[in-house]
Amino acid sequence: MSIAIAMVLVVVGSILFHVLSPWRATPIASNWGFIDDTMGLTFLVTGAGFVAVILFMAYCLYRFRHVPGRRAAYEPENQKLEAWLGIVTTIAVIILLAPGLLVWGQFITVPKDAMVIEAVGVQWSWSFRLPGADNQLGSSDVRYIDTTNSMGLSPADPKGQDDLLIASSELHLPIGKPVKVLLRSIDVLHDFYVPEIRAKMDLVPGVVTYFWFTPTKIGEYEILCAAYCGTGHPQMRGKMVIESEADFETWRTAQQTFEQSRKSDASRDKRASAQ
Amino acid sequence: MTDASVPQNVAPPPAEVPDVDLYHAHSWITKYVFSQDAKVIAIQYAGTAITVGILALVLSWVIRLQLAFPGAIPFIDANVYYQSVTMHGMIMVVYMLTAIFLGGFGNYLIPLMVGARDMVFPYVNMLSYWVYLIATLVLVSSYFFPGGPTGAGWTLYPPQSILTGTPGHEYGIILMLVSLILFIVGFTMGGLNYVVTVLQARTRGMTLMRMPLTVWGIFAAAVMALLAFPGLFVACLMLLLDRTLGTSFFMPSLVELGERKDYVGGSPILFQHLFWFFGHPEVYIVALPAFGIVSDLISVHARKNIFGYKMMVWAIIAIGVLSMVVWGHHMYISGMDPWFGFFFAVTTLAIAVPTALKVYNWVLTLWHADIHFTTPMLFALGFLVTFVNGGITGLYLGNVIVDVPLSATLFVVAHFHMVMGIAPVLVIFGAIYHWYPKITGRMMDERLGKIHFWITFLGAYAIFFPMHYLGVLGMPRRFYEMGETAFVPASAATLNIVITVIALAVGFAQSIFFYNLFKSLKYGAPAGGNPWRAASLEWQTPETPPGHGNWGQQLPVVYRWPYAYSVPGAPEDYLPQNAPPMRGEHSP
Repeated sequence: MSIAIAMVLVVVGSILFHVLSPWRATPIASNWGFIDDTMGLTFLVTGAGFVAVILFMAYCLYRFRHVPGRRAAYEPENQKLEAWLGIVTTIAVIILLAPGLLVWGQFITVPKDAMVIEAVGVQWSWSFRLPGADNQLGSSDVRYIDTTNSMGLSPADPKGQDDLLIASSELHLPIGKPVKVLLRSIDVLHDFYVPEIRAKMDLVPGVVTYFWFTPTKIGEYEILCAAYCGTGHPQMRGKMVIESEADFETWRTAQQTFEQSRKSDASRDKRASAQ
Repeated sequence: MTDASVPQNVAPPPAEVPDVDLYHAHSWITKYVFSQDAKVIAIQYAGTAITVGILALVLSWVIRLQLAFPGAIPFIDANVYYQSVTMHGMIMVVYMLTAIFLGGFGNYLIPLMVGARDMVFPYVNMLSYWVYLIATLVLVSSYFFPGGPTGAGWTLYPPQSILTGTPGHEYGIILMLVSLILFIVGFTMGGLNYVVTVLQARTRGMTLMRMPLTVWGIFAAAVMALLAFPGLFVACLMLLLDRTLGTSFFMPSLVELGERKDYVGGSPILFQHLFWFFGHPEVYIVALPAFGIVSDLISVHARKNIFGYKMMVWAIIAIGVLSMVVWGHHMYISGMDPWFGFFFAVTTLAIAVPTALKVYNWVLTLWHADIHFTTPMLFALGFLVTFVNGGITGLYLGNVIVDVPLSATLFVVAHFHMVMGIAPVLVIFGAIYHWYPKITGRMMDERLGKIHFWITFLGAYAIFFPMHYLGVLGMPRRFYEMGETAFVPASAATLNIVITVIALAVGFAQSIFFYNLFKSLKYGAPAGGNPWRAASLEWQTPETPPGHGNWGQQLPVVYRWPYAYSVPGAPEDYLPQNAPPMRGEHSP
């Protein structure tokens, strides 16, 4: 008997918690509003199912509790009812799945005009690379990594010489332009995670992964790692700054190219050996 | 054939097995230690699983204390935190839940429920337990090696799991992998036993479609485990070779904290495929026995046949088959080919249909029932709430695009704890309260049982329901401290403290259960052979607790399904499976 009341309270409490909870999704800052919409739809459909099943059960528990003299009905099955329930459930699942798959189709279709950038993960920091004047990123490999080439760019690849290297863990992006983020790890799994843009993807050593989004809101956002990568995992942070096209250009022109960084490193080495 | 005037269940003569064939144990050691009696092995399995489960419970307190009071507990640092997370997860999933459902309940209930004298390979069954025990000891021994147990997370993803940035990379990871390999060896011996016993040792009249759903659930889970564990076996073996011999199955060329390693060409994603090829069926290896047990608890204590038995059996089989092709939903953001997302989202959400049908049938069993709110029934009902709640959040994580923002957050942690942590554990408690009288001959204390239920059920719901919302907010899992993070409000830390306080209370409340468990051994009311007036075969043994060989001289003969409750015209509200048929009876 008290279990019937408890179930009603669980349902009421859960709904109240859902409505009153201060813990909600962060304000979205990308084009992936459809993801939020699909999740909202899922909340409605599954929430209705939860409430219906638990309340029906609570009613049964109250109505058919044991009292002296009660004897249960004998009904091994009711195939018609079971078929109907199966059909209703299948329809509900299709209502959830169909929009989800449509949005996934967009998620994996990168716009042709997307700006390509690269995020590199290493235990436990982020660095970034933007294409230079040729608008192309040069090739890279773990075997090129040394003290003057922490991202492992191919020294022989002409496409890579003008690439802009950002070692400061701070990535700037212009608002309103689709970005394809190439993801590369040089040690273990990481995951590029900014809650406000909704999208995330693993960095996997040995392969280059990617995802895309369009920033829609000017501001500063924290980049976290969402794939456990060792004891420093929570400290692996970066910053993503979404700004106007003009501000972004100002920032970009201030960055060092791969060629420049090699030269400055070389001259520093020379100074060091001269002293 | 189906002429209504002729009774369909013509009684065949009972099978007799001469006593000499039973290999009774002759010494204390062979009876209670190196025992070949499935019932003793069951208790050994369950005792070991619960003991190591208590260790996992204590580790969960370490996790919760750190999340609520980061940095304030002197003995918890990042290493200890990650080691606790890893050991808690692996112990609960493999060494506790899998072992207790299959090795514990499987061993005790399969032979009794199908009317067999024992498992078909008693010696192999004994070996299965001892290998499992060694596996457990190897795992726990990693606390005594330099560097301690592995802190790689229970998924053990390389390259991180065998590199220096992870605690326990010296010995802990090796011991973990060796322990898992041993566990699988031990499980395979037990699993073959369960499957062959169900297929070959059922007594006369016990057709497959007359088996209790408990047996169906354990049988399907054992078949799945035999198919899925080899995936983990090879993954562990290959990772062990990568770690010890420097092979590169899962290791690409990489730089480890500034130093280039010799690995070349391996694939970290391959490990994830192998791990989840085991890991997802594993969820159902735990869930299917729980489904089966809960069906039987509800039916017995509601005095009503389980509604839609045939559908329940087919749903178990459908879930078992589908669950072998959904593993990719753990890898939507792993960097595997994104086109797989379509396939795995469809298979994953398809599995919701048979699962939902099972839920409907449990609830419909309560319709026009005669519900007794015994402790086992309360736990079964608690399971329904937590399972429905945890099941529907699976629809978020299975639907590939909705998973993208939620994956790797506390939403996932809340989901799987609700659906494969709390829900099955509630079933385990319910099952222990239910079968304890058969195992010991005494009843457990109902009043203490109900106190235990209310604290555990409401407490566990209060721990994990709010946690989903921290995940929706975006708080990542596997962060031993959140630190200063712009999008996380201070109230999230408050909620973490509340959750921790409840978790500690619920954890300590389990001592009520253990007190009841041991006190009732001596002081429990004598139970008699069938205190719940249940119809299935295990309650019809000539002795309680059942002796070696279970049935005395004659094996029981089965005339009907195990759900003959409140049959019209029957003298009582249940008809045991082995009671001779009534005139004109048409039981399935």
